[in-house]
Amino acid sequence: MKVRWFNTSVGASRRTVRAAAAAIALTAGMIVTPVSAQDTIKVGVLHSLSGTMAISETTLKDTVLMLIEEQNKKGGILGKKLEAVVVDPASNWPLFAEKARDLLEVQKVAAVFGCWTSVSRKSVLPVFEELNGLLFYPVQYEGEESSKNVFYTGAAPNQQAIPAVDYLMSEEGGAVKRWVLAGTDYVYPRTTNKILENYLKAKGVKAEDIMINYTPFGHSDWQTIVTDIKKFGSAGKKTAVVSTINGDANVPFYKELGNQGLSAEDIPVVAFSVGEEELSGIDTGPLVGHLAAWNYFMSVDATENSAFIDSWKTFIKDDKRVTNDPMEAHYIGFQMWVKAVEKAGTTNVDAVRSAMYGVSVPNLTGGIATMFPNHHISKPVLIGEIRDDGQFDVVWQTPGTVIGDAWTDFLPDSQVIVADWMPPVKCGNFNIKTGTCSGQNY
Amino acid sequence: MNRTSVFARLLAILAGLAALGLPLLASATVEDSLEGLAGKKFSTRLAAVAAIRDSADPRAADILQAALDGTLHRRKSDRRFVISSGDGARVTLTDALTGDDAGSATKAELLQVRTNNRLRKSLRVAVAALELSHPEAARRLAAARELLGTRSDATAKLLRDALSMEQDTEVRDAMEIGLATMDIKSNDATRRLQAIMRLDGSLRPEVRGLLAAVIDNPDERDPQVKAAAAKILDTLDARLAWYAQLSNLYFGISLGSVLLLAAVGLAITFGVMGVINMAHGEMVMLGAYTTYVVQQLMPGHLEWSLLVALPAAFLVAGLVGILIERGVIRFLYGRPLETLLATFGISLILQQAVRTVFSPLNRSVTTPEWMSGAVALNPAFTLTYNRFYIIIFALLVLLALVTLLRYTRFGLEMRAVTQNRAMASSMGIRTARVDALTFGLGSGIAGLAGVALSQLTNVGPNMGQAYIVDSFMVVVFGGVGNLLGTFVGAMTLGVANKFLEPVTGAVLAKILVLIFIILFIQRRPRGLFALSGRAADA
Repeated sequence: MKVRWFNTSVGASRRTVRAAAAAIALTAGMIVTPVSAQDTIKVGVLHSLSGTMAISETTLKDTVLMLIEEQNKKGGILGKKLEAVVVDPASNWPLFAEKARDLLEVQKVAAVFGCWTSVSRKSVLPVFEELNGLLFYPVQYEGEESSKNVFYTGAAPNQQAIPAVDYLMSEEGGAVKRWVLAGTDYVYPRTTNKILENYLKAKGVKAEDIMINYTPFGHSDWQTIVTDIKKFGSAGKKTAVVSTINGDANVPFYKELGNQGLSAEDIPVVAFSVGEEELSGIDTGPLVGHLAAWNYFMSVDATENSAFIDSWKTFIKDDKRVTNDPMEAHYIGFQMWVKAVEKAGTTNVDAVRSAMYGVSVPNLTGGIATMFPNHHISKPVLIGEIRDDGQFDVVWQTPGTVIGDAWTDFLPDSQVIVADWMPPVKCGNFNIKTGTCSGQNY
Repeated sequence: MNRTSVFARLLAILAGLAALGLPLLASATVEDSLEGLAGKKFSTRLAAVAAIRDSADPRAADILQAALDGTLHRRKSDRRFVISSGDGARVTLTDALTGDDAGSATKAELLQVRTNNRLRKSLRVAVAALELSHPEAARRLAAARELLGTRSDATAKLLRDALSMEQDTEVRDAMEIGLATMDIKSNDATRRLQAIMRLDGSLRPEVRGLLAAVIDNPDERDPQVKAAAAKILDTLDARLAWYAQLSNLYFGISLGSVLLLAAVGLAITFGVMGVINMAHGEMVMLGAYTTYVVQQLMPGHLEWSLLVALPAAFLVAGLVGILIERGVIRFLYGRPLETLLATFGISLILQQAVRTVFSPLNRSVTTPEWMSGAVALNPAFTLTYNRFYIIIFALLVLLALVTLLRYTRFGLEMRAVTQNRAMASSMGIRTARVDALTFGLGSGIAGLAGVALSQLTNVGPNMGQAYIVDSFMVVVFGGVGNLLGTFVGAMTLGVANKFLEPVTGAVLAKILVLIFIILFIQRRPRGLFALSGRAADA
């Protein structure tokens, strides 16, 4: 496998030829291999390797490199080898857009795997739409978006947040009656909490039984907030915390909970951004028993999973490295893309996109993931309790898989919006009331 | 406690169970219950916990405790329930039902009986109910507290019987309150009233919830009961509010001490030397990573690792500081803008270096046992140990620094160089050496702060950035070049932040404090404690 770490220029003439070929393929509407047969198919990797987000995104870069290596061992796609083009957007949102443009315009990559934060995705979105690229986005997010050029392989709110709340409401989860929605102050927690608040109210929870709290990025002094939670939880009703607190700030939060004597049995915390990777860097003592909701856990006993874990450990040459949910999302996204390219017989974006709908690949937990025309996939939802070794005990899971819902049913404005990129609708924000395709800006 | 009284207590409980009409079940049914506990259906599992508790089997407490600890297993080969003990590849087993030795096995040969939060809670309550007759008073006390607010006639009966045998006043008190929390839901109005009166003076969070529930309860028709509950709730709320203010003060002081630790090194480099050191946060980070490395080097002695890490972190950060001063900053004295840019570059280099050496992931620094947990002065007011030690540590560092500046030759030279460099130089002080050492001192103290912060927050490449702005804020607010100002500034900002936070939320509190500082600096550009005299104008 050849990895390009920096830009290489591509001759203008070749570019024109390829563009022309693509145009022919497009107009002909059939399977045409580009005339200037390239020796490789380029795949872009757009993950921060430096700056604040490097902590999470470096792993995903390695995951894509591993997937490409494995595919090349199998002979590549359409008889061509894959070639990774890795760029470093350095946790800098405008730089994400710049690097995306570079990948699409200069490198001419067939697909891009990348982004972590919602703001980075929003930043590259116009570029992908303008240049008609393909982005596979592997992280759980707040929904309220469906772009023609993005495939969302992470969880939408109905595949993570809502099932988690359902679990806590059940007898088994502790029959929770009072809710603290705690989050970091940015778009994902705010939207998710708005959805959850409406959902809880629809389930008959009174406004005074919901406490919403936001903290700045990297908040490290949780004394007051934990005291507030303690006070809120002493009203005689079972209380739980739904945490959309951003990765890093979780550690001091759990530490403070532990120090002030709040155990998971008294007030359980269910988190949406604490996974195996985050737990591997901390002292798990104070977290034991708290919950996380994901679509994948490393501890799940499935053949696909153990094979994936084995090849990951071999690839990264570290027996202690863990796997996590966004890695699975990239795994699924990559397999789907490979399947779609093989089905379409070309890497042409429009052809691949049409081929993507309905593509099914096995996920790592023993089920099947299918791509739906709203660009979201079906996933099982798992609730895990944190163990002291940094892994999770799966205590509950949905009976089957849940289809990702781009536009939530629990916000009045989004209820009437659907995403369907198949004809005849062909729209990411179709308003079923007015029958028009401009229900909302995303 | 002698053996006869234990026996008497046991008899009383057995009698109590018999009186309740619970049959004294044979071991066979405990086995059935165990099957239920290991089953899949949640309601059956919950029922199994209660059944084992009420079985009067002498093994019941051990079985429940094992389920709670996660040491209850089922052996795959013969489907027998066993309790494991010991760690490592092979664990020793005892038969759960008989308590007999059952050999040993590897983890792979066993199937753990898994529990979730809800189940663990009921297990804990069940164990507590059985421990009411434990020979140790501390265990009985913990058991009585655990039962607070649970609703079960069987436990109420157990508690009543245990109370009649109890001699320890503290345990009696806890048991009476426990009983009162159950009697408050009694059908008998006098009993309810008595229970409410008994709850007077208890600060337990559950008590407040129960009283509030009585007042909100539409079925409660007795006006006397309602009035009593309202009255007690009022006094309780007043006391809770007072303790909440006290907690806020403690939180404020502890935040202040963190700010002080982070800023006091900067007070030296920026305040005394006038160097805008943007890499100050990275010195903090280096200190924290030193703690991590020290813990990796002495895995068997985590309790003492922090004490070793302190001098190590001081040295590492101090040496890097001296290196930066000698290598970069000394060429830039008198050019604040260039210093700012150069040190900012250094901070990025250090961050990326740490990322390359240690990986971009956070590193896990273990908190020693003596720094975990809290001392509860009463149920409404607890002091967390880690914060408490950090307050003490911050004050010690400040004290040591003041002593150093006041009473040592190096301190004298440092002050001389700050006040009048040319004069100090002509008196024979090697100003270049003093500069390097001063910068090293400031950086070393930042390293000490890193050790303390590793106990509070994440140890990762970005941790320094979180503190750099706050540190500058404290130094500027307190008055540049004044350690007393730094101390007062840190404490003021900490306390103000913590009193604002419950009212405005964490985000707005931070904004308000910033606005306050901007306005304050407009009025008093030199900060709280301005240096006066020629030195200030230099």
